Amino acid sequence: MSDLPPKIRIRGLRKAFGNKVVLDGIDLDVAACTSMVVIGGSGSGKSVLLKCVLGLIEPDAGSIEIDGQDVLHMDRHEAEKMRARIGMLFQNGALFDSLPVWENVAFGLLARHKVDQRQARLRAAEVLAQVGLAPSVGDLWPAELSGGMQKRVALARAVAARPDILFFDEPTTGLDPIMGAVIDNLIVDCVKRLGSTAVAITHDMASARRIGDRAAMIHKGRIVWEGPATALMDSGNEVVDQFTHGRHAGPIQMELRC
Amino acid sequence: MNRLLDAVAAIGRALLGACRLTGSIALFGLEGLSHVVRPPFYWRLFLRAFLDIGYYSLPVVALTAVFTGMVLALQSATGLSRFNAESAVANLVVLSITRELGPVLAGLMVAGRVGAAMAAELGTMRVTDQIDALTTLSTNPMKYLVTPRLLGGLLALPLLVVVADILGVLGGFVIASAKLGFNTEVYLTNTLNFVRTDDVVSGLVKAAVFGLLVALMGCYHGYNSRGGAQGVGAATTNAVVSASVLILAFDYVLTELFFAR
Repeated sequence: MSDLPPKIRIRGLRKAFGNKVVLDGIDLDVAACTSMVVIGGSGSGKSVLLKCVLGLIEPDAGSIEIDGQDVLHMDRHEAEKMRARIGMLFQNGALFDSLPVWENVAFGLLARHKVDQRQARLRAAEVLAQVGLAPSVGDLWPAELSGGMQKRVALARAVAARPDILFFDEPTTGLDPIMGAVIDNLIVDCVKRLGSTAVAITHDMASARRIGDRAAMIHKGRIVWEGPATALMDSGNEVVDQFTHGRHAGPIQMELRC
Repeated sequence: MNRLLDAVAAIGRALLGACRLTGSIALFGLEGLSHVVRPPFYWRLFLRAFLDIGYYSLPVVALTAVFTGMVLALQSATGLSRFNAESAVANLVVLSITRELGPVLAGLMVAGRVGAAMAAELGTMRVTDQIDALTTLSTNPMKYLVTPRLLGGLLALPLLVVVADILGVLGGFVIASAKLGFNTEVYLTNTLNFVRTDDVVSGLVKAAVFGLLVALMGCYHGYNSRGGAQGVGAATTNAVVSASVLILAFDYVLTELFFAR
């Protein structure tokens, strides 16, 4: 491990919704210019973790630092400046259906970088090309795109402003294996080209190994394992092994409610 | 004794819930309006909201106003004839339309058409993470989604009510002259001589308040919707019902303020 301070440092992060404890003291470091993949079962708190880092959900306790700055105690102006450095790919794309594709892609540029419409449109076409879409797609509406194309547009929107941190929430959910691999390769390509630090959450093992340099697993609100992404299938941790191999029997018990 | 305490506790919980909801809506509205004077302001979105409320609601409001004026003339003519007071038909129509029916009916029509659409659009944006996406793209969702709609409602409904007032009076005039045999010149003279500026202005002030209420309820319920399609459906219903009830309640309060002596 490098001696450099981590790009993202999370300590003792806790979040509960009513009686349901989702995050129960998460500790996680993400080194600069690396990709961290966080895996875990459905409802294990992966998305909540990302939303806490983005400031979309306020945690109950703990600290989150980006480049040594405590993001939980920033004023609104500082928080907006910090968010301008982050790109986010949402699970279902979250494209604005009232805007054409090019305006979706250029939204961040128009909102915070104060570029004019012509420049924004050119940049949108450039980024669309990087994710394998023709410039003519920019004139379509999100509802006219297939699921895979929507994911590509969402990826283009996330990277359009050249952020130095990228978050990916279940980037391959709902896609066929081939399109999933295409999206993963685009993600790796974008992260390398921008030199960004990336955090992806997924329960797709193939995707996790393709995207990640390192991986961590959340179980019962805690990080139970962390290591190289290449070791995911052979971690030696019985929780991770049960999850990655999809075994019915093991320490992970599905919660059933009557 | 325990049953009595349970009943009191239930009433207390309901009251506290109502207070919490009222406070939450008030804070939401104040925050939305505060962005009017805090740049950036999204003019394009304001114009879109203004057109949605003001222009695209015109046909339904116009039809409602015309038919209401017609019915009012017919009903008042038959009612007033019992007292040999048919000459008051023009006065009754213009007063009812400008003070009450113009703003109230326009408000209710817009609540059904625009309030529901606002709640459905914002609710869908909430449950599909589009509102979170706005935040991650350094855009304040209140400023971007709520403020233009609140301002659109506040400014567009008075203009709609001006049209509704004119068409409502016209509807009454058509029935009075074509069906009831009133002299057209006398009817118009009676109308113009009787109506006062404050009758029209009070109606327009009511319209501004109703427009704000419709937009506020649509935005509040949509913005805070939860739970997928069912949540969006509930938000839409709540937006229309709450806006309609508030229009009628505020109509009484404003009438009391303007006209109670």
